[in-house]
Amino acid sequence: MQASPLAHHFESLDKQAHAARLAMWIFLATEVLLFTALFAAYSVYRFLYPEGFVQSSRAIETWIGFVNTLVLVTSSFTVATGYGHASRGDGKRTALFFGLSVLLALVFLGFKAVEYTHHFQEGQLPGPYYRFEGVKAPGAPLFFALYFLITGLHAFHVVVGMTVLIVVGVLAFRGRYTVAYHVPVENAALYWHLVDLIWIFVFPLIYLI
Amino acid sequence: MPPSPHSDAPAYAPRNYLNAPETGLRSWLTTRDHKRIGVMFLVAVTVFFAVGGIFALLIRIKLLTPQPAMMSALTYNRLFTLHGVVMIFLFMIPAIPSGFGNFLLPLMLGAKDVAFPRLNLLSFYVYLAGAAVALFGMIHGGADTGWTFYTPYSTSTTTDVVPILLGAFILGFSSILTGLNFIVTTHTLRAPGMGWMKMPLFVWSIYATSIIQILATPVLGMTLLLVAVEHAFGWGIFDPARGGDPVLFQHFFWFYSHPAVYIMVLPAMAVISEVVCTFAHKNIFGYKAVAYSSLGIAFVGFFTWGHHLFTSGQSAFDAGIFGILSMFVAIFTAIKVFNWTATLYRGSISVKAPFVYFVGFLFFLVFGGMTGVALATVSLDVDWHDTYFVVAHFHFIMVGGVIMAFLAALHYWFPKITGRTYPEGWALVAAVMVILGFNFTFIPQFLLGNMGMPRRYYAYPERFQALNVASTAGASVLGLGLLIALVYLLVSLRYGPVAGPNPWHSRGFEWNTPSPPPPENYEETPVITRGPHEYDDEPAALPPAAAHEPEHAS
Amino acid sequence: MNELMQRLLFLPEQASEHARAVDHLHYFVILTTLVASAGVFGTLIWFVVRYRRRAEGEPTPRVAPRAVHEVLFVGVPLALFLLWFAIGFPMFVDLQVPPKDAMDVYVQGKQWMWKFAYPDGPSSLDVLRVPAGRPVRLLITSRDVIHSFFVPALRLKQDALPGRYTQTWFTADRPGHYEVLCAQYCGLSHSSMRAELWVMPAAEFDEWFEQQRRGLARAQDSSPLPAEPVPAGSSLVRQGERVAAEQGCLKCHTVDGSRHIGPTWLDLYRKEERLSNGKTVIADEAYLTRSMMDPGAEIVAGYQDVMPTYQGKLSPPEAAAVVEYIKSLRTSAIRAGPSQPPAYAPIPAQ
Repeated sequence: MQASPLAHHFESLDKQAHAARLAMWIFLATEVLLFTALFAAYSVYRFLYPEGFVQSSRAIETWIGFVNTLVLVTSSFTVATGYGHASRGDGKRTALFFGLSVLLALVFLGFKAVEYTHHFQEGQLPGPYYRFEGVKAPGAPLFFALYFLITGLHAFHVVVGMTVLIVVGVLAFRGRYTVAYHVPVENAALYWHLVDLIWIFVFPLIYLI
Repeated sequence: MPPSPHSDAPAYAPRNYLNAPETGLRSWLTTRDHKRIGVMFLVAVTVFFAVGGIFALLIRIKLLTPQPAMMSALTYNRLFTLHGVVMIFLFMIPAIPSGFGNFLLPLMLGAKDVAFPRLNLLSFYVYLAGAAVALFGMIHGGADTGWTFYTPYSTSTTTDVVPILLGAFILGFSSILTGLNFIVTTHTLRAPGMGWMKMPLFVWSIYATSIIQILATPVLGMTLLLVAVEHAFGWGIFDPARGGDPVLFQHFFWFYSHPAVYIMVLPAMAVISEVVCTFAHKNIFGYKAVAYSSLGIAFVGFFTWGHHLFTSGQSAFDAGIFGILSMFVAIFTAIKVFNWTATLYRGSISVKAPFVYFVGFLFFLVFGGMTGVALATVSLDVDWHDTYFVVAHFHFIMVGGVIMAFLAALHYWFPKITGRTYPEGWALVAAVMVILGFNFTFIPQFLLGNMGMPRRYYAYPERFQALNVASTAGASVLGLGLLIALVYLLVSLRYGPVAGPNPWHSRGFEWNTPSPPPPENYEETPVITRGPHEYDDEPAALPPAAAHEPEHAS
Repeated sequence: MNELMQRLLFLPEQASEHARAVDHLHYFVILTTLVASAGVFGTLIWFVVRYRRRAEGEPTPRVAPRAVHEVLFVGVPLALFLLWFAIGFPMFVDLQVPPKDAMDVYVQGKQWMWKFAYPDGPSSLDVLRVPAGRPVRLLITSRDVIHSFFVPALRLKQDALPGRYTQTWFTADRPGHYEVLCAQYCGLSHSSMRAELWVMPAAEFDEWFEQQRRGLARAQDSSPLPAEPVPAGSSLVRQGERVAAEQGCLKCHTVDGSRHIGPTWLDLYRKEERLSNGKTVIADEAYLTRSMMDPGAEIVAGYQDVMPTYQGKLSPPEAAAVVEYIKSLRTSAIRAGPSQPPAYAPIPAQ
C-alpha cells in the first residue's frame, strides 16, 4: 500500500483535491492571459493592415495547420481517455493513453518543424530577416513576427505539456494514483486541454481568416 | 511554564517556528513553513529597499545642482531606471503580500499553512532568481530606459535592457505563484465557522491583491518579453519603421502596470484595517464596505490604464472613458478612508508607533489620492503629465501610503514575528522623522511639477533649483528616520524585551497564538464563532475568536 | 486672486486663454483637495484626542454604519470628482479641435532637438515663432523615439511619435518668450532637448515670414546646441543620395526633371501635387515619408500604383536622409505645377 498523500494542513483528501483543482484552473487562467496579450497584438495589427495580413495568411500552408489541428484534438481525446482510466484506478492504461498523446504531440511538432523550414526557405521570417516577395501590401513582416511568437510560444507549451504528461504517465504506471486520489492526472489532462484549446484559437486566427 | 493568552506576564514561547522543527541554514532554505518563508521574503525585500533607496539618494544628491555634475547623464539615466525597477519589482510588489501575507494569512484563517507550501518556497526562489538576473543586468550598467521601458527607445538603446526585462519577467512568476497560493488558501483553508464575512479584513485585501496578481502579471510578462525579443532580434512589433505601433506598447504595459499599483496599495490597506481596529480597540465601522471596496478596486482598476496615455495622441473619446473610470476607482478608496476614520469614533485609541504611521498614511493617501483624481480630469494632466507633479503624486501613494503601512506592519507584528518588542520612544522619533522628511521631500515636487519641471531630467533650468534643494533636504531626513528604524528593529531582534502572545490586546485572530508561533500554528484547528476585532465585551471574558486553546502538554 | 494662487502654487505665466482656464480648474481642485484633506485629518485628530485610551482593555461599543453613512461616503466624493471631470474634460476636447483658420506648423522632434517648418515657409531649429492672438496648429512627429512637446506657459503638451503625426493647437495671447521642454524621456540628452517659443506681435510676424519666404529656402534661427550629435546637412544629403541609389529609388525617380515611372525628385519638395483621388497635397516631409512606407495610399494623378513599400527596408534615419536628399534637389526655377507623368505607356503592375 502506498502512504496517504494527505498533507498535514488539509483536513481531508477531498479538500486537498479541491484545492489542487482550483489552483490548476487559476493557473490556466494565467496561461490564457499570456496568450491574450499576443492575440491582442495580432488583432490590433490585423485591423491596421487588413490587406497585408490576409495576403500573408494565404501565403502559408493551411493544410499543415489543418492536419496539426486534427492531431492535437486527437491527442486531447486520448488524454481524456487516459484520465478516465485513472479515475477508475487503472494506472497502466492511463500511462498508455498519455503515451499516445505524447506521440501525437511529437507528430504535431514534426509538422511544425516542416512548416518552419518552409518559412525559412521562402524568407517568411520576422523583422530584419524578412525576404518574402509574395505580399505587396504593408504589414507582412509584422504578421510573420507575430506568427512566430504565437506558434513558438504555443510549441513551447506543447513541450511543457508533453513533459507533464510523461512525468504523470510514469507515476501512474507505477501505481501512484488511486480511485480516491488522482488529482495530478486530472490537472495534467486539464493542462493538455488548454494547450489544445489555445491551438483551436490560433488555427483560424492565423491560417483561415 | 506554557505560554497562556490569558496571563498578563509576557512569555517567550520556547518552542516556536524559529527554532523548530530544526535550526540551521539548510532547514531554512528547504523550509515549507509559511512563517519562515515570510521572514525570508521580509529580509530580502528590506535589502532591496535599501538598494533602491540608495539609488534615490544618489539621484536627489545630483539634483542639488542644475548643471551636469557629479555623474554622467548616462549614469543618471541608469540610476532613475534602476531606482524604479528595484523599488517596484523587488520591493513594493512582493513586500507586504509575500512578506506579511505569507506569515499572517494561515494564522488569521486558523490554518496550519498555506494551500501549497512547496509552491510557496518555490515562489521565494523564483523571486531570488529574478532578482539575480536583474542584478546581473545592473552590474553590467543596467538599462537607461526608465522603469516604463517605452518603445522605440527601449528597443534601440545600446544599454543592457534584456537582463532587466528578463529579471522582471521572472519576478512576475513569483508574484503569480504567491497570488495563486493565497486565493486557494482563502477558499479552502478557512477554519470552521469562518464564513467570508468573518474573515479578517487583511485577508479580504490580500485576496483582492492576489486576483490582480494572477490576471495582470501574465500580460506584463508577455509585453516585457516582446520588448526583449525586439531589442535582441529586431522583430518589429513596436517599431514604426516596420509598421509597428510604439503606443501599442504603452497600452500593453499600462494594462498591467496600472493594476500593479493596486497590487501595491491594497496590501497596505490590508495592514491599515488591522492596525486601526487594534489601536482603536474597536470593530471596523463598515465591514462590508471595506471588504467589498477591495474587490471594487481590483475590478475597476483594470479598466483605467488609458489615463497614462492622455498625451499620446489617443482619441478624446478614449480619454473620456478612461478619465471617468479613474474617478470611480478613487471612490472605493474614499470609502475605506471614511470607514477607517469612522472606526475611531467611540474607540479607545492608543497612539503607538503603528498608529502614528496610520495617521501619516491617511493624510498622504487622501492628499495623494486626490491629486491622482485631479490628474484624471485630463486637461490638468496635459500640463502635469511627465512632470514632477506626477512623480510627487505616485510617491505620495507609494511612500506616503505603502511604506507607511509597511512600517506600521513591521512595528505592529514585530512582537508576533519575533516574540519581542521594540523601543516605543525611538519608534516615535523615527516615525515623526519619516513623516516630516517625507513631506519636505515630496511637497516641493508637486510645486516643481506646477512650474513645469519634466521628469527624468539630468540637468534642469536654474529656476527649479531651490525646490530641488528643499526636496533633497527632506529626503535626507526621511532616509535618516528609516535608518533609525532599521537600527532599533535590528537591535530589538536580540535585546528587545519579551512581548508575550498579545502585547496590543488585539482581538485579531493571529494574536491567539504564542509569540513567536509554533511551527504548526494551531495544534487543533480553532472553531470561529465571532468576527475579528470585536471589542464590545468585558475585558475579563475569554477571547471570543477561539473556542479551543492550543494546549501544550507539560 | 489669480495672481495670489499662481504665486502660491508656483505656476508659470499664463500665456493663453486655455492656460488661464486650466489654472482656474487647478485652483478649484487644489482648494477642494485641501479642504477635504483637512476635513478628514481634522476629524481624525479630534477623534484621537476625544477617544484616547483611558484604561487598558476597556470595551468599546459596537458601532455599525447606517445606510446613509455609506451613501454619503460614496456620494459626496463621487459628486465632487465628477464635477472636476465635467469642468476638466471639455477643456481637453477643446484642445483636440483646432479652429479652421489655424496656422499650421510642422514640429519634428529628434534626438535631441526640435525642428519647426511652416508650409510654404521657412524651417528653423529650436525656435518657433508664432503670431500673437492667432490660433496655431502644431503637427508633431518624431524622427526616432517618442518625445513630447511641452510648453509650461501654455499648459500644453503633446507626444511626438515616430511614424505618425499628432496635433494640438494654441492661441498665444501676447508677445513673449516661453520655454519649450521635451517631456518624454528620450535618451542621453533628454534634459537638454529644449526650444523656445517666440510669440511675436502679429504684424511683426507677418513681416518676418514674408522676409523668410523671399529669402533663403531654409533659415537657421539659432546655432545648434553644443552637444548636438546630428550630422551637418550636407553629409545627410549625401547619405540620402547613397541610400536612394542602393535601394533602387533612382530606377523610377529621376533627379534631373525628366519624366519617368515615378515623379521626378527635382523640385519635388513642397510641390503641390494632385493625387489620383482628386485631392491636392503638399509634398512635404510627411508626404514623402508616407510615400516610402505606404506608397499605394496617396498616388500622384497619372502615375501607376507600382511602387513597393520600403517599410522594413529603410531605417528611420535612412528615410530621413532620403527626404533630405530630395529637399536638396531644388533649382531656382519657379515651380511649374503638379508632376506630369511620362509620355510612354507605363509598365503594368504585376
